[in-house]
Amino acid sequence: MACSATAKIIHNPLVLSSSRSAEKYESCCKISGPSSLLGSKFLGKKLLSAKSAISLASRRSGAVVAVSSDVVKEKKVKSGSSAASNLLITKEEGLVLYEDMYLGRAFEDMCAQMYYRGKMFGFVHLYNGQEAVSTGFIKLLKQEDCVVSTYRDHVHSLSKGVPARQVMSELFGKTTGCCRGQGGSMHMFSKEHNVLGGFAFIGEGIPVATGAAFTSKYKREVLKEDCDEVTLAFFGDGTCNNGQFFECLNMAALWKLPIVFVVENNLWAIGMSHLRSTSDPQIWKKGPAFGMPGVHVDGMDVLKVREVAQEAIGRARRGEGPTLVECETYRFRGHSLADPDELRDPAEKARYATRDPITALKKYLFENNLANEAELKAVDKKIDEIIEDSVEFADASPVPARNQLLENVFADPRGFGIGPDGKYRCEDPKFTEGTAQV
Amino acid sequence: MAASFGVSSAAAANAVKSPALSPPSLPVIRSEARPISCRVNKSRKAGKITTKAVAAQAENPASAASKPGHEVLLFEALREGLEEEMERDPRVCIFGEDVGHYGGSYKVSKGLADKYGDLRVLDTPIAENSFTGMAVGAAMTGLRPVVEGMNMGFLLLAFNQISDNCGMLHYTSGGQFTIPTVIRGPGGVGRQLGAEHSQRLESYFQSIPGIQMVACSTPYNAKGLMKAAIRSENPVVLFEHVLLYNLKERIPDEEYVVSLEEAEMVRPGEHVTILTYSRMRYHVMQAAKTLVNKGYDPEVIDIRSLKPFDLYTIGNSIKKTHKVLIVEECMRTGGIGASLTAAINENFNDYLDAPIVCLSSQDVPTPYAGTLEEWTVVQPGQIVTAVEQLCR
Repeated sequence: MACSATAKIIHNPLVLSSSRSAEKYESCCKISGPSSLLGSKFLGKKLLSAKSAISLASRRSGAVVAVSSDVVKEKKVKSGSSAASNLLITKEEGLVLYEDMYLGRAFEDMCAQMYYRGKMFGFVHLYNGQEAVSTGFIKLLKQEDCVVSTYRDHVHSLSKGVPARQVMSELFGKTTGCCRGQGGSMHMFSKEHNVLGGFAFIGEGIPVATGAAFTSKYKREVLKEDCDEVTLAFFGDGTCNNGQFFECLNMAALWKLPIVFVVENNLWAIGMSHLRSTSDPQIWKKGPAFGMPGVHVDGMDVLKVREVAQEAIGRARRGEGPTLVECETYRFRGHSLADPDELRDPAEKARYATRDPITALKKYLFENNLANEAELKAVDKKIDEIIEDSVEFADASPVPARNQLLENVFADPRGFGIGPDGKYRCEDPKFTEGTAQV
Repeated sequence: MAASFGVSSAAAANAVKSPALSPPSLPVIRSEARPISCRVNKSRKAGKITTKAVAAQAENPASAASKPGHEVLLFEALREGLEEEMERDPRVCIFGEDVGHYGGSYKVSKGLADKYGDLRVLDTPIAENSFTGMAVGAAMTGLRPVVEGMNMGFLLLAFNQISDNCGMLHYTSGGQFTIPTVIRGPGGVGRQLGAEHSQRLESYFQSIPGIQMVACSTPYNAKGLMKAAIRSENPVVLFEHVLLYNLKERIPDEEYVVSLEEAEMVRPGEHVTILTYSRMRYHVMQAAKTLVNKGYDPEVIDIRSLKPFDLYTIGNSIKKTHKVLIVEECMRTGGIGASLTAAINENFNDYLDAPIVCLSSQDVPTPYAGTLEEWTVVQPGQIVTAVEQLCR
């Protein structure tokens, strides 16, 4: 089952001392102190089903890291005590990454404000804390590559290039939104930027992503076009217990589809801890079970994510097949703006707050003299203005008119003519042609 | 497995109206049986019907299909339609279990994998929800997949994708993405196949906003509907019936499509309008023979389009006969007949002389025993009785 692709070992800069097994390759992943499992262990003590959680956590000791499964031939990276012994990015790239992450953060913070001011409604799921995953992956894509997400999709859309104005308008429910106000927070679509949604049911988007990857392969092999488009499917830890996930892992590996399955493991599915719902919480292991590499990466560090992403996307582009990437990450806010977020241990939250991806990148940029305070402040200011502008734009945009209600139900509305009185247009002999006039 | 219906249902061919989507060069067979080439004449006339039910098509001298055409079985007609569309548009592909090397469990896609390759005729693993979702994703990014449910009942597993994604994504994305998929498969009550293989999913799918539904009943309309469904930009669910696959009919050699939204006038009449679709059409025609002998003149319409209803054709018929009998194989509760009854009552209440009678299957899981299964669906005797009562 060996694939010819390689994956790197990524070193966790916060790794604890002692039994560092970075150089060893075993199938099981050892997760160190600062990681999620210990956090959950503390929580586990509070919950009745603590036992399994604790025993699982205590089995893990020592440091490391992102390991790839034994399916992939490993290549060792220069070992150094810190993550960036050689510079992983240039100044321009660094600024792009910083800007994108700050855009995601500022946008989500503004969403929260607007929600509590009564400008947006319903279920709004914010992405604070997980920016490294979105930026790390999506900034490596071309415009033709596709992204499929879940309900936590604002930042994926922004990273892919959908203008903040359109996303904010969509959230306000105005006609100028990317989906004309018909989708909402959980259904962000953009044909221009190839964002294929935005799905409210978890797992629902994974087959759609698999289909988009299938199109890419079809274009290459049947239509003989020069196509190396890649699809990224983002979803969470809760989804990894869902049938559609496994069915799609199977199909993607079977047909070597150009897709990367990105698991944003933030340990919580609303109030359900990942450890309480999963028999084997190491999601990356599920990749090799289907014949694809499974990689675990520190999702709070954008540079590490970017490295892994480069490898995975490269594999897909070369036609070597799918990859399963588990990003260990955390959401700083509750599941949604309606979630009081009482179940999570404050100590766990505090611990992850110290690993804020934006702060970490800033630190890296300063330490390696890639940028200075003033430049980053300028970026901050630019983004803040963009966000302000998007809110003003959304505020000023019109709400959908009545005639928009029945448009777009069918791409081809002939025959579905509903007359102005709401009845079938059956008296009109020409009702099977033309577009529905409402 | 299926009974072979030897009599060709030729009246169907004569009653075709102008297809909505025909390219300029497609010959069109109209109800007046005048050939019309090039630009399709869009005005629909009530139509002088040239023949009654049992006349063979070949006897009609003015028919555009002046060449004899060729005889096919219904599953072959479906395959012809599929093959022609795959030839015409390289983006058309088929997803399903055993569609490729096996040729389809009812042989609808036989030979297509050899001709077009394993990627265009994709043998999927047994994961309905996921491969239907895959078809949605492929459709959003430019392909035109045809999804086969080995039995329609299996598509219940794909309900999530059909309802949320196929049906809704065009709207939820503000019109940005179209989902031009066709979802097809055999359904209906067969010969003692047991409850789970004998389901009628029309009733479950009909409320999904964004889905278009059609049901084929003859080789002629099967091929035409298959082609029209593939060419349509909407997600279309094409309901086939297990027992109709071996129907034989002579269909034109030339290319043709039929309109997805139009009903088919099977037998014009004056006394009562009988609305039916799929297999029940044949039970109705059998009952019609008895009724004609008894002196009644039923008008039989195969509604074909389950969503939307062709209320224009149906309305005209009701205005003529003032009595309606609906005969369907769907469940009594919440079935197509129930919706059709409501639609007719809403729109044509003034024209009705009697309440609408709807004969549907019993609300039971289809039993295995032959006798019980027979009583689950509507039989011709019941149709005759119902018409006699209606026309009293």
